[in-house]
Amino acid sequence: MLNCKQATALMSQCMDKKLGTLQKINLRFHLMMCSGCRNYNKQMEFLRKSCEQFPQQDS
Amino acid sequence: MIHSWFMEKTAVSNNMPNSGSHIDELAPLRRDMLKFARLQLRDDAAAEDAVQEALAAALSGQRQFNNRAQIKTWVFAILKNKIIDIIRERVRSPGTVIAVDEIPEDAYDDLFNEKGYWQEDARPSSWGNPESSFSSRQFWQVFEICLTRLPENTARVFMMREMLGFETEEICKELAISSTNCWVVLHRARMGLRLCLDERWFNSENRNAEL
Repeated sequence: MLNCKQATALMSQCMDKKLGTLQKINLRFHLMMCSGCRNYNKQMEFLRKSCEQFPQQDS
Repeated sequence: MIHSWFMEKTAVSNNMPNSGSHIDELAPLRRDMLKFARLQLRDDAAAEDAVQEALAAALSGQRQFNNRAQIKTWVFAILKNKIIDIIRERVRSPGTVIAVDEIPEDAYDDLFNEKGYWQEDARPSSWGNPESSFSSRQFWQVFEICLTRLPENTARVFMMREMLGFETEEICKELAISSTNCWVVLHRARMGLRLCLDERWFNSENRNAEL
């Protein structure tokens, strides 16, 4: 079982490389159980989107 | 014709005849470029050079555009390449050491209990519909502050990945760090940026005042 600290590290890693099958299953299972990490995951996606948008913002 | 609009504006920056008002229209684009370059390079003179070169390269192109957003995208693509060149040059200069442990390993330990689960008051809460903040100028100011607060090399690795479009392997190669270190730095950068946005925007009075 992953704890939240390990899960956050995996959520970051999966933005940069393909996770192994076991890592993926463990992470998916953890996310099913943990609303804090689900929020964290969405926020990671938002960070990426923000960086894409950053140069395009209207000033 | 937008294309001719752009040619006129960029001509101004190269000291060609101008009618004054053109400078006003080019100024916001130039200002945004400079802000972006400064953030990436943390060096005003190098940022100035990158922007000048990008504008000059844009001027020499013969592309057609339908609107200003397209122009901005294209000029920023050129600017990104200039910034990448400068970063590569810097890394190659002797004596450059990229410290990867700027954010210590235990920096975020307080967020978790002894079993590694979120502390009650640190558990991430929903940001609602965060994309609605994209239209807020104040949000982008906070975003920039949060990026600037990251330690220099941490910010560099993060922005190479997320803003300049490097793959992680390329970052490792360019900066001569191991891929494990690269992931660790990216993880800590994201952790720090998330915390900063959480405190300074999503759970702050600023946002509530504006939205």
